[in-house]
Amino acid sequence: MLKRLLSGDTPRSPVLTALLLVILLTLAFAPFLLPGTKSLETAARICIFIVLVASYDLLLGYAGIVSFAHTMFFGIGAYGTALALSSTGPSFLSIVWGSAAGALVAALFALAIGLFSLRVKAIFFAMVTLAVASAFAVLVSQMSWLTGGEDGLNYKIPRELTPAFKLFSAKIFGTSVNGKVLSYYLVFTVALCLFLMLLRVVNSPFGRTLQAVRDNDFRAEAIGYRVVWYRTTATVMSAVVAALAGSLLAVWLRYTGPATTLSMEIMIDILLMVVIGGMGTMYGAVLGATLFILAQTYLQGLMGAASSAISAVPVVSDLIAADRWLLWLGVLFILSVYFFPTGIVGRLRKARA
Amino acid sequence: MTTPLLTLEGVHTHIGPYHILQGVDLVVPEGGVSVLLGRNGAGKSTTLRTVMGLWTASRGRISFGGREITRLDTPSISRSGIAFVPENMGIFTDLTVAENMTLAASRGGMDPKRLAWIQDLFPPIGTFWNSSAGTLSGGQKQMLAVSRAIIEPRQLILIDEPTKGLAPAIIKSMTDALRQLKETETTILLVEQNFAMASSIGDTVAIMDDGHIVHAGDMAELVADVDLQERLMGLSLEAHQ
Amino acid sequence: MSGSAIKPRIEKVSLSDRLADKAPLLLVPALALAGLLAIGNPSTWLTLTVAGVAMGLMVFIMASGLTVVFGLMDVINFGHGAFVSVGAFVGFSILIWLGGWASAPSVFLNLAAVLVAILVAMTVTGLMGYAFERVIVMPVYGQHLKQILVTMGGLIVAQQLIYVFWGPDAIHVARPQSLQGSILLGNAAIEKYRLVAVGIGLVLFLVMRHILRSTRIGLLVRAGVENSEMVEALGYRVKRLFLLVFMAGSALAGLGGVMWGLYQETITAHMGSDIMVLVFIVVIIGGLGSVEGCFIGALLVGLLSNYTAFLEPKVALVSTIGLMVVILMWRPQGLYPVVKAK
Repeated sequence: MLKRLLSGDTPRSPVLTALLLVILLTLAFAPFLLPGTKSLETAARICIFIVLVASYDLLLGYAGIVSFAHTMFFGIGAYGTALALSSTGPSFLSIVWGSAAGALVAALFALAIGLFSLRVKAIFFAMVTLAVASAFAVLVSQMSWLTGGEDGLNYKIPRELTPAFKLFSAKIFGTSVNGKVLSYYLVFTVALCLFLMLLRVVNSPFGRTLQAVRDNDFRAEAIGYRVVWYRTTATVMSAVVAALAGSLLAVWLRYTGPATTLSMEIMIDILLMVVIGGMGTMYGAVLGATLFILAQTYLQGLMGAASSAISAVPVVSDLIAADRWLLWLGVLFILSVYFFPTGIVGRLRKARA
Repeated sequence: MTTPLLTLEGVHTHIGPYHILQGVDLVVPEGGVSVLLGRNGAGKSTTLRTVMGLWTASRGRISFGGREITRLDTPSISRSGIAFVPENMGIFTDLTVAENMTLAASRGGMDPKRLAWIQDLFPPIGTFWNSSAGTLSGGQKQMLAVSRAIIEPRQLILIDEPTKGLAPAIIKSMTDALRQLKETETTILLVEQNFAMASSIGDTVAIMDDGHIVHAGDMAELVADVDLQERLMGLSLEAHQ
Repeated sequence: MSGSAIKPRIEKVSLSDRLADKAPLLLVPALALAGLLAIGNPSTWLTLTVAGVAMGLMVFIMASGLTVVFGLMDVINFGHGAFVSVGAFVGFSILIWLGGWASAPSVFLNLAAVLVAILVAMTVTGLMGYAFERVIVMPVYGQHLKQILVTMGGLIVAQQLIYVFWGPDAIHVARPQSLQGSILLGNAAIEKYRLVAVGIGLVLFLVMRHILRSTRIGLLVRAGVENSEMVEALGYRVKRLFLLVFMAGSALAGLGGVMWGLYQETITAHMGSDIMVLVFIVVIIGGLGSVEGCFIGALLVGLLSNYTAFLEPKVALVSTIGLMVVILMWRPQGLYPVVKAK
């Protein structure tokens, strides 16, 4: 049963299994285990980014395609939902049609970019997506009549999902089950379903062919697989899932803006998460996103403290200042591409073998 | 037979997941023309490319003029005195004929006497000296490829199918040129599928199949022995005669 | 041997083929003409055209190294923008240091300050290119996926190092005295600095063209772009050549960074990655590996950006994407696809 749920792709390492279980259980009971708004915010972010990063892994790890447009698709989903909520009112119907519209637009964009640039070379795709995504971000921030520009959009969500709504008055483990908790469980459940679906996709015949194409596109083509078709389909799938992750973010934050969805920083975060977690493993997305977001939320504070502690030393204190944590992540990123191309998951699996 | 110039001992070459050369033993004596025959996919081109260092042998030993070159990189192998005319000719079509030749003369200057000799050997090289190499016909490109290989005196020239796809008249002049080249001190290792051409200028011959050398000996012997020809090359030659 | 056996002949190039070969060249004047029709006012058009050419040439300077590096070794450096930013910061530091020269009312001292800034910036970025090639690029030759990831990582690290050394804020430096202001050409006001940028850009293009066409190194680079294996078989070390080209490309990116910084008068650590969007579009339009294509692509992008910025400011960047799409529909490999003999 469990094996079927995971599409036969088990973690294959005791340590990895344990880590994943801890993450799963913590996220499943986050509202009760971790009191405080900040922890719940972090948990929801982790859920959303697991999906976002896993959908990117479908592209990078399984299809061997580097895209810089993943945040664009993420943003399209978020803006779709945001615009629906602000135009047709805070109802669940708005969320559904907004997410569906966002996913559809993302799919069409992905299809166009894929058919257009995947024919030539993977490297071409990377460059084209970088250019298109940047232009899209600029366009969104300039079309302020629609998107609110740099300020983004604030909107209402269905009352059932806001803190004002109480499911029942009793508290469970000292936590009142309000709309925010329901909202969290919406995010958690959809994220879990999307992740399991992605796991199914990569373990399906389609996923296997995708890997064959990645390893030797020439040969796959010769055997008769239409390489462009497989790559484009993967691009579209990954874009749709990213858009749905964006919708979740839009619902959770009740705010959508360029900085939370479209920025290049987020794109780089996704890259870091997928590579450090482990490309082409899906579970790497879980570990990568969790560790990265925890570090982002809590480690930066530590670095800041360490930096001010040695503020007398000029350059060194700058090097470990809180804002410089990307520097060390960058170094870690390069080292992991060289030495641990399969990331944490690959390491853990190897340790067992 | 004189002393060996080039020796391959048990050479294996892998290209990606494919095991192409499976223990090639080949001796190219100094002087004259050695011919490497075999059907498509037998490993002839891979043998030349492995000698040139364009593929690295995974096992075995290659020595040239008594010196081991198995692990050297391509530029060093070239500088040790081996020139290479690849199957696709490797012409720089973006450059002129003159520029192609300039690059082939390793230290820049071309010996005028040698150049005159080449232009006599292959008149189109002189005629189209300042034309873009991309505009040459297939036969002219092949002449340029061979000219590039001989603009500097080299001990050994590896030539991969110089007559492939050429008209009979051009094949004849190419054969004549190679015969003249033989008169100089240069040794030639020629990969060929055209047996008529190969037998007319070859001194020794080796036949490859499935990544192995299946026969090696004098060309005259092979030409005389029709049975042997049929046994060894029934597969490889009839289709190309 | 009988010479008569070989009939000398040059394959006739048909008229339409020759026209197709020249067609990309006609795009630039065609676009300029279209701009004139759309804008209407000739002096506005002239101002915008000069601005467009200046911008195009600056982008060309930054893009040329990238495209040759790709042509030669199939390496695309997503961290190329780091050299632009570093070049700008080093150059600006020198200009601040030489503040006396830059603000003196002497054209000679002004230009000397800029020249010193450029030379130092190019030296630093050239050396940085050496380190980048050895440490970041060399271990991943031939592996595109890792290359993109690792060079991107290099970009992150370089940007962060700029923050460490120069602080997180944008730096503002006014152009030297004599490069400020405009001159009037009829009714058209043309910024002096743009003319200088056009001058430097054109000189550089001609020098680069000369090097590629008439020097041995240039011949080797062109030959290597087409068939690097054959260049090795002729006895040349392509990797050494590549390192040289990589360093030159990095130095040019540094030069571009200084010039772009002086153009904007403000520099930030991420200016390089911002401008890379245009650089990539230019390289794609021109055809990966082609210097001529890159030159034409850069002019097209520069002109189009300035025209649309005037006509409909919001779509300036999107219009260049549109240009890229149109060109790729016409020629899927870019204006001048580089033929790889492999």
